Amino acid sequence: MSTARERILARLRTQSGNAPAHLASPIANGVMEDDPIARFMARANALQSTAERLASLDTVPLAVAAYLQSHKLPRQLVCWPQYDPLDWAGASIVRAPVADSHTLVGLTGCFAAIAETGTLMLCSSATTPAITSLLPETHIAVVMASQIVRTMEEGFQRLQTTLGRPPRAVNFVSGPSRTGDIEQTMTLGAHGPYRVHLLLVG
Amino acid sequence: MHANESLMFKQSARAKLADPQLQRSLARIPIKFVKGRAAAAQEFGDFEALREAGQRVRDTVLADLAGWLERFEAAATARGVTVHWAEDAADARRIVGEIARAERVKTVVKSKSMVTEEIELNEALAAQGVEVVETDLGEYVIQLAKERPSHIVAPIIHKNKEEVADLFAAHHARERKDDAWREDIAGLCREAREVLRPKFLAADMGISGANFLIAETGSAMIVTNEGNGRLCTTLPRVHVAITGIEKVVPTLDDAATLVRLLTRSATGQPISNYVSMLTGPRDKGAVEGPVAMHIVLLDNGRSKLLADEQLRPMLRCIRCGACMNHCPVYQNIGGHPYGWVYPGPMGSVLTPSFLGLAAAPDLPNAATLCGQCEVACPVKIPLPEMLRTLRERQVAAQLKDWRERWAYRLWGWLALNPWLYRPAMRMGSWLLALLADDGQLDALPGGWTRGRTFPAPAGDTFQARYRARQREMGR
Repeated sequence: MSTARERILARLRTQSGNAPAHLASPIANGVMEDDPIARFMARANALQSTAERLASLDTVPLAVAAYLQSHKLPRQLVCWPQYDPLDWAGASIVRAPVADSHTLVGLTGCFAAIAETGTLMLCSSATTPAITSLLPETHIAVVMASQIVRTMEEGFQRLQTTLGRPPRAVNFVSGPSRTGDIEQTMTLGAHGPYRVHLLLVG
Repeated sequence: MHANESLMFKQSARAKLADPQLQRSLARIPIKFVKGRAAAAQEFGDFEALREAGQRVRDTVLADLAGWLERFEAAATARGVTVHWAEDAADARRIVGEIARAERVKTVVKSKSMVTEEIELNEALAAQGVEVVETDLGEYVIQLAKERPSHIVAPIIHKNKEEVADLFAAHHARERKDDAWREDIAGLCREAREVLRPKFLAADMGISGANFLIAETGSAMIVTNEGNGRLCTTLPRVHVAITGIEKVVPTLDDAATLVRLLTRSATGQPISNYVSMLTGPRDKGAVEGPVAMHIVLLDNGRSKLLADEQLRPMLRCIRCGACMNHCPVYQNIGGHPYGWVYPGPMGSVLTPSFLGLAAAPDLPNAATLCGQCEVACPVKIPLPEMLRTLRERQVAAQLKDWRERWAYRLWGWLALNPWLYRPAMRMGSWLLALLADDGQLDALPGGWTRGRTFPAPAGDTFQARYRARQREMGR
């Protein structure tokens, strides 16, 4: 007795045609001409992320403290271990190791950031957990200027050259979570963060 | 399968036209979706070239669907995914049911998936004692209301906020002071978030669809806005993704091309909030992610469609909903009268293709053939032409009323005999002009004039006018 797999494939095989020539995907107007950093910032704002530019990584804790204060959030967060060496005590910020449903703020870096759409590209790993950008109501992301690429394709290219293969989860994040399901009225903060704040370094 | 109510199309459509609340809800379609798509396409630039590129990707896949599926399966299996093949809905239900049993699953959270609607998965899991919770806001409301989605992207487009509030009041035990909360859309969204968050944290299994399956990496790509898709595929210990066999694409870059098209065509967004690419279960020692990942590939009529040369382009579909948003029929009756899972023009092709011509006799005719669906389609599916094909097949299969079939025969015979055609046309237009009042006919046999008038012929036939004009110009 043949399996469902064999039966389905046999039916599909009777129908092969000639593949048309591949066309490279056009990209959005201006992506190649615009300054990638300026475009990334502008597009991120259009997605209702907020963004600020910092001169160096050392200034991240103080910038985070100011952001938390302006949103009346407690000085607590969960962050990826790569930022552990920063002077959090100097900014009076307490860190927890793993995000859970009570975590209010999650701080992550990113694998790349895409200028075409203002999108963060996050790759999951033991040291870059996906839930840090998902469970908290506020997601703060550090983006190094050198991480900005023009398109999703360039992001995939970087993935192939640095990691070789995709990690378990690649998450493209474009602003705070949202839903338009009720009366097609766009509302921020569906199941993911209500706020995404970007710290562009360099 | 969902009970097919397509046979009730006319009756249901009439009721929807007379429903003032529904009409107010449907009035949002042209404002939100049609305008949004147009603006996104214009801002993009050469959207036509993007559609062309998208069509090429889909046609490349369809030219060797078996080969791309095998490549996908090999890549996914190498990453620890268990790939299942389902011939039909019953097969798919059995597969997911067995996974749930083997993994001792008690609760399931679901991300939005039309394929799971197609196979009626929720009912089957509930029957074996599994609690299933829809977590997309619209789908959650649909589940509370025990209804069906009326749109493939915006499931509760037919409801207003007060109806959502009524359902929440009936199902969520909460203290409520006054009635102001009923008007507060952001508050309703927050309430759903608060009710559903514990469900995500407790669930044993997450079920999602997949917008694209990427052959080169064995990944499933999921396009969402709310973040529920990410939660469903990250927190529970088992993840099952179910999708149609046609959803495979060759490369990561091909997926990028189609994402550009999909979100702009669906909601006018340059990209949706979350595009997640999931490749295998968690690695050993990892702290998050499902321990087991399954992908179910569903045929359920798709291989039959691939073998059908005239209807094969339907398998290019990436489920954006643009065809229904742009359809004057859908805009006036909503999705429910179409009677099965997929509404609008794409549904009018898919329903008779999957369930049989006789199961949906009205759907191929529920179109004005204005062509807007084809113009809006991101992968250039010739929907009007396919609806015409289905109409021809209805006639060939003797599914049409004998009067209509004889009328086509008579017309065909006349058209082949010009010496008869010309006087018959002259006589016809003369007769119709005589019956007209103010250039309009309001009582023709066959029901055409029940809700509208029919413009009377101008008097002369086109051919007579053309000849007269030629004579004039020759002078």
